[in-house]
Amino acid sequence: MSKFDVSRRGVLRTGAMAGAGVALPTIFTASSAAAFTNEPTGSSVTLGFNVPQTGPYADEGADELRAYELAVEHLNGGGDGGMMNTFSSKALQGNGILGKKVEYVTGDTQTKSDAARASAKSMIEKDGAVMITGGSSSGVAIAVQGLCQEAGVIFMAGLTHSNDTTGKDKKANGFRHFFNGYMSAAALAPVLKNLYGTDRVAYHLTADYTWGWTQEESIAAATEALGWQTVNKVRTPLAATDFSSYIAPVLNSGADVLVLNHYGGNMVNSLTNAVQFGLRDKVVNGKNFEIVVPLYSRLMAKGAGENVKGIHGSTNWHWTLQDEGSKAFVKSFGTKYGFPPSQAAHTCYVQTLLYADAVERAGSFNPCAVVEALEGYEFDGLGNGPTLYRAEDHQCFKDVLVVRGKENPTSEFDLLEVVEVTPRAQVEYAPDHPMFAGGNLGACNPGA
Amino acid sequence: MDAILLQILNGLDKGSAYALIALGLTLIFGTLGVVNFAHGALFMIGAFCAVTLQRLLNLSYEVVDETQTDFLGNPLKVKTPYVEAWFGPEFGGAIIDWAVPLAILFAIPIMIGVGYVMERGLIKHFYKRPHADQILVTFGLAIVLQEVVKYFYGANPIQTPAPDALNGVVNLGAAIGMDIVYPVWRVVYFFFAVVIIGGIFSFLQFTTFGMVVRAGMADRETVGLLGINIDRRFTIMFGIAAAVAGLAGVMYTPINSPNYHMGMDFLVLSFVVVVVGGMGSLPGAVLAGFLLGILESFASMNEIKSLIPGIDQIIIYLVAIIILLTRPRGLMGRKGVMED
Repeated sequence: MSKFDVSRRGVLRTGAMAGAGVALPTIFTASSAAAFTNEPTGSSVTLGFNVPQTGPYADEGADELRAYELAVEHLNGGGDGGMMNTFSSKALQGNGILGKKVEYVTGDTQTKSDAARASAKSMIEKDGAVMITGGSSSGVAIAVQGLCQEAGVIFMAGLTHSNDTTGKDKKANGFRHFFNGYMSAAALAPVLKNLYGTDRVAYHLTADYTWGWTQEESIAAATEALGWQTVNKVRTPLAATDFSSYIAPVLNSGADVLVLNHYGGNMVNSLTNAVQFGLRDKVVNGKNFEIVVPLYSRLMAKGAGENVKGIHGSTNWHWTLQDEGSKAFVKSFGTKYGFPPSQAAHTCYVQTLLYADAVERAGSFNPCAVVEALEGYEFDGLGNGPTLYRAEDHQCFKDVLVVRGKENPTSEFDLLEVVEVTPRAQVEYAPDHPMFAGGNLGACNPGA
Repeated sequence: MDAILLQILNGLDKGSAYALIALGLTLIFGTLGVVNFAHGALFMIGAFCAVTLQRLLNLSYEVVDETQTDFLGNPLKVKTPYVEAWFGPEFGGAIIDWAVPLAILFAIPIMIGVGYVMERGLIKHFYKRPHADQILVTFGLAIVLQEVVKYFYGANPIQTPAPDALNGVVNLGAAIGMDIVYPVWRVVYFFFAVVIIGGIFSFLQFTTFGMVVRAGMADRETVGLLGINIDRRFTIMFGIAAAVAGLAGVMYTPINSPNYHMGMDFLVLSFVVVVVGGMGSLPGAVLAGFLLGILESFASMNEIKSLIPGIDQIIIYLVAIIILLTRPRGLMGRKGVMED
């Protein structure tokens, strides 16, 4: 008669070994994509669109959301296909992504970093989003990019223009299609030289946060390289609404150019105030006083109305471009919504297609596979000419538009006109350029 | 010297807006004893009265012009405002151009109505509740109102220009041989504020209605015992205070393009103005409004900022702390107000 002793410790040990034995074949037989966050297992894949639905950039957020919905429609085979027809890559077939129907959830960033992180976290943890995209502010983009890196999902940035997004705060899981402060300055400088000469004295008013600082640094360096003097750089509170007390000192400063490193409501108000004070009618140092707005937004320019006339700035994309990609996108968007898309809508639409295309080419939703597919990727047909997603910092390099407030608009959308398409080579910089130094891309994180 | 005079003008201009809003806040607090955090929203609604009138005057009919195309390549629909069709392009165009001044007439009845509904519909239920309850409910109301405005008008600023004749600049120093160039509309705004403030003080000082209201502010119960319906008069004062805030908002639209959040931008500052001026003191509110406006402008000067970095962002609160430490009831506060 054999003796069979059963102890608690023995049962636990045996159970653990049996569990490991059952699990072992699964680990080795599952696809390599099994070990990443929110691997899509059913017939659909969920994307997370994190845009400002409330707060000061809600109108831009609404336009971004329209673009995302249009992109999802096109990815799933609906509509006219938009820029999928002009995209140089033909990996997208209109049957979703890797045959899975694209679904989406939305979050509200409120243009606040903490709210944006919370909504992104919720979309990743509760809704199973495999990619997060969106945003209308650099502070938000940097915060959400950091979260996505930790969570092991891809972040395709929306409208973010600070050098830091792909500079000191760059992350391996994050990608930016939008241009940046350095590129704006590099594109604008030659145009400003041709228009206003090399003997100018500039006065800067700058929004006191990450985007304003990097924009000011970039445009001041570019104009000083032309021979311009910078007489003053004044930081203005982000919450400021009346800029009269900041504009008044400009009148007696000896400056003959005012550079407004402002965006959104700040830009509308500071430009309006500057024009009210008659700056554009002044003659200083024997020259006409000029105003420059390095980053233009058509949606915001509308708020400044006639004050934008004749004022130069830069933009990532404009709906009047006549390349096939832009025309296809404007047609799709305009037919669906009744008005042309903004630059925010364009970059969000493009980012969604680029992500989907990268997954198709990689054959996997694994973030590390997507990163590999996007790094160093050259493409065309998406509205900005030949474009490179640089591997070193995940920044897109493409032509930059210099625009001017139109003197005689023919419609409420016709506020800006493209005066120069600055070639990509002119806005490129080394990955270790001092304005982008201090960050570490790190390794991709698949999470899980 | 020019720079200092310019900042004084800027301060008077900013102070005009602060004083008008603080005056309304003080009127409501002095009469009804309510701390109204929705007062900034009334300023914003006033501004959107101007936006609304501008849009009404620009209501247009469309005619398809086959010779032009829209952004999709379809025949262009050319819009012509009805006002121009009815009154001719010149006179109709002038009416549209003067939308903001005309909005004063449009806004007065609307703002009195909004104030009346707000007081009768919500705030009267909180008269006997603690100030904390009043603050919570009126702050909540302010958020609701701004979200409603955002729903209908969007989040972006909406340009609402001054008439062409009042655009541009004027050299205020020409008479004394100085070059003090200042926007015409800001000068108009300052004088408008002076007229409104003078009108309110005259109304309270020289009319029977105003006398009763002042008596009610001093001793509500005794006035009630004399058989006077003081509540009805206080309700009317709420409407007048709403109209003052609304008119301040209407006239402010050409200075900064209005958006749904503009009321909140002014609200906190205006409360500081009221506290610095002295709770319940109308002259105190006006004095503090102009004083803090001027100080805020001076603090934005580069010479001051180079001495104390960031002073422009904290000056108002710094002054408030100093005044409340040295004069706890504010500049012209009365004994016993909010001290129970």
